[in-house]
Amino acid sequence: MSGTFTKSMARNIFYGGTVFFVLLFLALSFDTMKVIPKRDNRENLTEAVINGKKLWEVNNCIGCHSLLGEGAYFAPELGNVYTRRGPEFIKAWIQAMPTGAPGRRQMPNFGFTDKELDDLVEFFKYSSEINTANWPPNIEG
Amino acid sequence: MQYKSQAVAKPYFIAAIALFTGQILFGLIMGLQYVIGDFLFPTIPFNVARMVHTNLLIVWLLFGFMGAAYYMIPEETETELFSPKLALAMFWIFLVAGALTIVGYLTVPYATLAKLTGNDILATMGREFLEQPLLTKVGIVIVALAFLFNLTMTMLKGRKTSIGLVLMMGLWGLAIFFLFSFYNPHNLVLDKFFWWWVVHLWVEGVWELILGALLAFVLIKVTGVDREVIEKWLYVIITLTLITGIIGTGHHYFWIGTPEYWQWWGSIFSALEPIPFFAMTVFAFNMVNRRRRDHPNKAATLWALGTGVMSFLGAGVWGFLHTLAPVNYYTHGTQVTAAHGHMAFYGAYAMVVLCIISYAMPILRGRAANSPKAQVMEMWSFWLMTVSMVFITLFLTAAGILQVWLQRFSDTPISFMAAQDQISLFYWMREWAGVVFLVGLLVYIASFFVKGENDTASA
Repeated sequence: MSGTFTKSMARNIFYGGTVFFVLLFLALSFDTMKVIPKRDNRENLTEAVINGKKLWEVNNCIGCHSLLGEGAYFAPELGNVYTRRGPEFIKAWIQAMPTGAPGRRQMPNFGFTDKELDDLVEFFKYSSEINTANWPPNIEG
Repeated sequence: MQYKSQAVAKPYFIAAIALFTGQILFGLIMGLQYVIGDFLFPTIPFNVARMVHTNLLIVWLLFGFMGAAYYMIPEETETELFSPKLALAMFWIFLVAGALTIVGYLTVPYATLAKLTGNDILATMGREFLEQPLLTKVGIVIVALAFLFNLTMTMLKGRKTSIGLVLMMGLWGLAIFFLFSFYNPHNLVLDKFFWWWVVHLWVEGVWELILGALLAFVLIKVTGVDREVIEKWLYVIITLTLITGIIGTGHHYFWIGTPEYWQWWGSIFSALEPIPFFAMTVFAFNMVNRRRRDHPNKAATLWALGTGVMSFLGAGVWGFLHTLAPVNYYTHGTQVTAAHGHMAFYGAYAMVVLCIISYAMPILRGRAANSPKAQVMEMWSFWLMTVSMVFITLFLTAAGILQVWLQRFSDTPISFMAAQDQISLFYWMREWAGVVFLVGLLVYIASFFVKGENDTASA
């Protein structure tokens, strides 16, 4: 850190290095945008799925659950819940909440209509069909 | 205080500490809900407590960064702030908007809040850390722009130091990347991809510029080491930060539907992310060892050294622990992530804000440093909070490893909730460590009210 290595050299390396890696990141992101249509299951983005995603958001589901591993870790992963439980179980489960079992973690009842429940299930189906490089390791999520 | 307008930093620092206290209280509520599942249900469901906990964290750190900038920039530029009135007005706007948002979280169901605040016009809510209603998000942008305008105008009329420039780059970057929070495509993969442009490029990108600038500023003040040396270190550290951290974003692109080449880019570059944090630790110790003066504020020096060490451990070591794709395949979205998140945020950002507060607050209150008695109390709080955070992290790590084993790695994996039951002992221990953290925080707050002798020690 002494001798001939000066502050202005350090500053120039900072600016040069930052610009280079920003450009590299943008190039990789650009390539990602070209490649992901084959992986992100966008062909199945129906009205029901879009509405399901909105229900997922406005009820803050991510505040307890994770989705593709991101979110809170208080309640089970739901990216693959469609394959783990199936549509009928999911709907019955959501409607049966809260269990009220003493000392157990509780999920609120959101009072969803039948259509809303169907839309949520469609969203979970869509999520489970995204190509996630074989994550999670097993069905338990 | 060299410049009168630096005084606007004071309310920012006080608000930061108050909101920090709120964050910890809600953390304790959540910690208890992990083991007593129906605690406070349905008054405060877990998701609400978590939203309050994480949003308060972000907001108090922002208050801390803003206070730090208002304190530092006049001294760095050697001129009064462009508009102290604007700074104070923004303080009240930000505080009221923040408080209303938290009240909204706590009193109205989230879906109702979304409806009331225009989420149907532009849906941005319900994504982790970006849960704020549209109105609040717009408010944050307005406050940030007024804040940046104020500081940039100050900068333009005064001396331009490297510390000042790096701080301003960090703050501008913070505001610019926040704009991605308004982009919420229906496509979940795209949504997640650009969500990280806020979250990762904040905490493993531009926030580290702010962290570096704050630390460098305090180190110049308390050690008296030549500015040229410190600023050279600062550039080296932030260079390492950005050349590892930007591509390091890829460690979030392993399992969310993005191409698999990110497993290579993300693993390699994020494995290098501990290096800038290590450099920061070496920097802090080196400068303190080469000090040319003995500043009476020992507590601030302790926080400066502490943030170096704890950010290296929390962000560097605990980040590396689960950043390689083959490891992350098993640990992604488990308590291992939570362990890392806690120590990294505390070590890097909470501690650096407490460091600048520790340095600046006595001066804002008209003395070079607090009395030895007050400083001893503050140092006690440092150790209580820091050691209990180490234990919180260790217990969550143990919980995470067990969770991975039971739920993902064993030949007979068990369900999420069955695994949670198995590891509840560690959640209990984490909660007790959290109680000690709260005690440390209360001691910290009490240290502001200790008078003691020698109040007017000169620097």
